[in-house]
Amino acid sequence: MFDATTIRKDFPVLQRQVHGRPLVYLDSAATSQKPQAVLDAITRFYEERNANVHRGVHALAEEATEAYESARTRVARFVGADPRGVVFTRNATEAFNIVAYSWARTRLGPGDIVLSTQMEHHANIVPWQLVQPEAGFELRYVPVTPDGRLDIDGLERILATGRVKLFTCTAMSNVVGTINPVADLAGRVRAANRDCVVVVDGAQSVPHLPTDVLALGADFLCFSGHKMLGPTGIGALVGKPELLDAMPPFLGGGEMISNVTLEGTTFNEIPYKFEAGTPAIAEAVGLGAAVDYLDALGMDAVRAHEVALLEVALPALLAIDGVTVHGPRDPHERGAAVSFSVAGLHPHDIGTIMDREGVAVRAGHHCAKPLVRLLGSAATTRASFYVYNTVDEVAALVDAIEVTKRFFNG
Amino acid sequence: MSLDDLYQEIILDHYRSPRNRSADLDPHDVHVHHSNPLCGDELDVRLRVDRSDPTAPTVDALAFDGDGCAISMASASAMSEAVVGRKLSDAEDLTEAFRLMMHGEGVKREDDLLDGVAFQGIAKFPVRVKCALLGWMAFKDAVTTYAAGRDEHRVTND
Ligand SMILES: Cc1ncc(COP(=O)(O)O)c(C=O)c1O
Repeated sequence: MFDATTIRKDFPVLQRQVHGRPLVYLDSAATSQKPQAVLDAITRFYEERNANVHRGVHALAEEATEAYESARTRVARFVGADPRGVVFTRNATEAFNIVAYSWARTRLGPGDIVLSTQMEHHANIVPWQLVQPEAGFELRYVPVTPDGRLDIDGLERILATGRVKLFTCTAMSNVVGTINPVADLAGRVRAANRDCVVVVDGAQSVPHLPTDVLALGADFLCFSGHKMLGPTGIGALVGKPELLDAMPPFLGGGEMISNVTLEGTTFNEIPYKFEAGTPAIAEAVGLGAAVDYLDALGMDAVRAHEVALLEVALPALLAIDGVTVHGPRDPHERGAAVSFSVAGLHPHDIGTIMDREGVAVRAGHHCAKPLVRLLGSAATTRASFYVYNTVDEVAALVDAIEVTKRFFNG
Repeated sequence: MSLDDLYQEIILDHYRSPRNRSADLDPHDVHVHHSNPLCGDELDVRLRVDRSDPTAPTVDALAFDGDGCAISMASASAMSEAVVGRKLSDAEDLTEAFRLMMHGEGVKREDDLLDGVAFQGIAKFPVRVKCALLGWMAFKDAVTTYAAGRDEHRVTND
């Protein structure tokens, strides 16, 4: 039985108070809190098995390598991928940069289109912009409708050029919460161009939805460990092994080579080819523990819990005078990151007053400025829920908004 | 640090009932637009200068308008009251006094700052200092722009 009240007890930081009130943490879309099991896995690694990986002959080195590779296997299983296609990165952002620099930059040129969307986080916009001048491809964006969905007609119009060689989109928006029909979109882009590579931003979806990279139709999937109960400093690029195999490395150094002479280098096999230097070993071990924790809860149950919270939260927010909720209204069409605006109040003021009530929300553009602009503002307030949030905390959110309104409107 | 330092009654009052807030000032000599893309604040300041004494041009009237947090809008309102009627050079000096106060360097010209003094506590909230400064910096820019013989200036801060 999924019981958030019990689950919360596994998260030490959730026991603390803020400004003399119990912490109501509603900023998991920015980063999630960590259960004791993850903290313990990291500490135990350092206490019992710490060594560098893939190169030592001693017992600790073997155990450390085993721990690191076991984390890779479990992360791979979590998203239905071949472990050879799981490259550990620092975060989703680095994963996008690998695809931009090692795939798009080397393979695309004038006449080709890289197609992103107006719904993306800056992590899925800026890397393409960085390599665009050198590669010479055209960078375009699928428009977003006023209710925060991808405009399929707009997508089809761009696909009709027949020039889209890379399509990238988020599986779940970190601002409007929209769950995009990724498999359907991948089908559409491949119907227009069989060889189009599909990149999926899983930074919000992998922590919150059951994920199968093959079912998504993704060639590459990028996500971050810290949003899925794991530590910061670890994330993954999940790629089709044959694509990764054919790509040049991104960074050079140790780990990623098989032979080095002063004249040249032959590269290690995947995924190591993309893991230059000593990796974030303890963090990978922590991510492995996070995946175990989520597996034990069951991702279907995680999703059902969040839908249940949304079923309470969305109507409760909409019932507050002056509150607008951005994105889909149907909990089944959206994730648990809920952006809202309060008439006449600025998100920074809202966030500041709510903080004094113990309620931690995010205020700003959420690293998705083009999308927030489209919503007609420069900033929104965002409450985002996860496995440890309760219906009582939804009530605390609503109360805090009412307090904020009274505070400013007198 | 308490919330009362950040949102004092005087500040809330300027936020709820802003002074000299208007979409236009007819006529005006100079218009500046300042924005802060990071928080999305937008501010327009329009200034009319009284040149009846050519050696000492004076702030005849000022109107601000914009979109931003309570601190930024209230501060622009308090600024408008403090500078109207002052010689441009004197108002610039007052702006500098406000800036130093926001950087925790003591309060000078306390009486002249009028309600601007209420913003002193915000110096303890570094992330909000730029909100309090927005209006004053826009005013300073309006004076500089006027002195340079121009009537329009747009600035993007970050
Ligand atoms: C949808 C989405 N994509 C990408 C990212 C980037 O994640 P990171 O900063 O961990 O690389 C985020 C995080 O905010 C996100 O929400």
